[in-house]
Amino acid sequence: MADVAASKPQRRPVRWHIAVFLTPAVLIYTILMIIPLISTLQQSTMTGDLEHRAFFGLGNFVELFTDPRWSTAFWNALRNNIYFFFINMVVQNPIGILLAALLSSPTLRLRGFYRTAIFIPTILSFVIVGFVWKLLLSPIWGVAPTILKFFHLGQYFQAWLGKEPYALTTLSLISVWQYVGIPMMLVYAALLSIPDEVLEAAECDGITGWAQFWKIKLPLILPTLGIISILTFVGNFNAFDLVYVAQGAVAGPNFSTDLLGTFLYRTFFGNQLQLGDPNMGSAVATVMFVIILGGVCTYLFLVQTRLRRYQF
Amino acid sequence: MSNSLLASVLLATTVLGSAGFAYADTTLTIESWRSDDLPIWQDKILPVFMKEHPDIKVVFSPTDSTQYNAALNTKLQGGSAGDIVTCRPFDASLALFKAKQLADITSLPGMENFSDTAKVAWSTDDGKQTFCVPMASVIHGFIYNKDAFAKVGITAPPATWDEFYADLDKIKADGTYIPLDIGTHDQWEAATMGYQNIGPNYWKGEDGRKALIAGKQKLTDADWVAPFTQLAKWKPYLADGFEAQTDSDSTTLFQTGKAAIYPAGSWAITSFEQNADLKMAAFPPPVEKAGDQCYISDHVDIAMGLNAASKNQDAAKTFLTWVASDEFQGLYANSLPGFFPMSSHTIAVNDPIAQQFVAWRQTCKGTIRSTYQILSRGTPNLENDTWTEAANVINGTDTPEAAAKKLQDGLDSWYKPGAM
Repeated sequence: MADVAASKPQRRPVRWHIAVFLTPAVLIYTILMIIPLISTLQQSTMTGDLEHRAFFGLGNFVELFTDPRWSTAFWNALRNNIYFFFINMVVQNPIGILLAALLSSPTLRLRGFYRTAIFIPTILSFVIVGFVWKLLLSPIWGVAPTILKFFHLGQYFQAWLGKEPYALTTLSLISVWQYVGIPMMLVYAALLSIPDEVLEAAECDGITGWAQFWKIKLPLILPTLGIISILTFVGNFNAFDLVYVAQGAVAGPNFSTDLLGTFLYRTFFGNQLQLGDPNMGSAVATVMFVIILGGVCTYLFLVQTRLRRYQF
Repeated sequence: MSNSLLASVLLATTVLGSAGFAYADTTLTIESWRSDDLPIWQDKILPVFMKEHPDIKVVFSPTDSTQYNAALNTKLQGGSAGDIVTCRPFDASLALFKAKQLADITSLPGMENFSDTAKVAWSTDDGKQTFCVPMASVIHGFIYNKDAFAKVGITAPPATWDEFYADLDKIKADGTYIPLDIGTHDQWEAATMGYQNIGPNYWKGEDGRKALIAGKQKLTDADWVAPFTQLAKWKPYLADGFEAQTDSDSTTLFQTGKAAIYPAGSWAITSFEQNADLKMAAFPPPVEKAGDQCYISDHVDIAMGLNAASKNQDAAKTFLTWVASDEFQGLYANSLPGFFPMSSHTIAVNDPIAQQFVAWRQTCKGTIRSTYQILSRGTPNLENDTWTEAANVINGTDTPEAAAKKLQDGLDSWYKPGAM
């Protein structure tokens, strides 16, 4: 008997607590994310309304990509979305890094103020951002024309949100304005975590100022830049709210600001007289899912594994 | 799963909610997108009905306009929708009827008060079954600032296009007022208050609209391109930066007396009347030659139907019969100036501007918006495309002919006349 009792503690007890602690998250995530995702994927292969549903295979996708009735709008939205992402990448992230570099300079005063001021738009509701910018840029009440006139630049003012060549760029820049705080904060945190020894060693070797930034700091924050890029990518290909608030669901002028998100909205939920088409809508959602999944996987498997990590 | 949960929660609230009104035998709930009208329903309309029918209590429960269709569909499928459903015109409601979510009320007492034209938006394509009681229509035209006209010396509102542009030139030369108050940012105003407003005079109202559906006319025909040609002439008279001017901007400009002529839908009357100092009047869309037969867009807009799954069918029918009565139609029209009754009763409209609009019914022939029946059923959606193209034409980025061709090409890609 004593032997049995002694051998018992040696067997590993079942670690119930792991399951117990994981259950709530797994349950909620399954109900809210995984089941809807699977049902969307399934719905995208169907056709017909609720009563006459039939399996359609990849038919919706073939229509979406090739039938001009859908494909014109789809490729237009995809093209606009890529442009939107491009502007965000080349404007938002360099500015974010620059701001972070300035913030981390030891001689800067009022650092907390700048940090907060630049980050605040990020936590504002997109409804407020869209509305405020629409008002700022309004040719009728906006301060933009007034300010430009004050500097004798009035002739350069345009109804930017209403003109086809400018509208998407304007919206991209508004999005940059709103979200520039995120790369700034992430890079700022990464810069702060660089140990002083490394920087002192660099200074001993005569590398200071901007050279130090380019040669020492930037390589050390590369993994953070990777994260920022992927966040921008996911955020931009999911973007919908800003366009919807500023330009409406028909994403004017002439569909020049139509993103995949607004195209999905019109397709799935309909608009004015357009009735929603849940099956085609799910197909658009699936395409967006695949694009984002593809982008994230490319990053995870091709980029992140090659990034060198420095352990201090 | 979530639907039945939602249903039981809603059921619980109905039970609890009605407990306080033990004297009312039945409670009817109205689904609507007109959140703005909540006080009018609660204070003016429903008390009248409930006084006549003390055994029925009615609750007006609106949803935000842009989410209404999606929310209503979800509620109907989940079985949690109200007993009375406010009906959007045409296909949105027709789809609900076909899914057996709206009841057939063709033989409801009171329906005889409505002409076929009034019922067209809520009847099957063959016109045999009707599923909603028409409540109100909206009329298009132009509202003008009387002070502006007086200042530049215009004595009578323009009746023909030549007079219209001559007046605009005078206002422009004077420089005090924005001559024509419309923007293209929201796009729908270009299509609705532009194209659909001035178009019926060219395509001869119902004749043209029906010929288009029958395939006898095309959007590229002269009568359908002409309204675009007029819109293309508007640009010089618009405010600077009109491309980014929203409809609420336009409304505010006119309301504050900065603009002379506002291409209008009659629903705008209420918001303009908030400025008591503004002296305004209305004129119908101009015609080519003085004395031409005029046509106006008298568009069916809103109706009420019966949720087929409602447990209070009898009470709901009693209510709908009342909606079809002259009492309701008069109450509604006078509570909401700019929404006009569609029944054949003679209903006195008290608001002076609304009176002007409704008086055009005597001389002009009415029609509904050309894109609404049948033609916006497919992809690409003709209504959405008309928004975009009408805005493009005013912006000058598309010629009238190119815009018309795009619309017709889009329509041809899915619509086969006669097959629907």
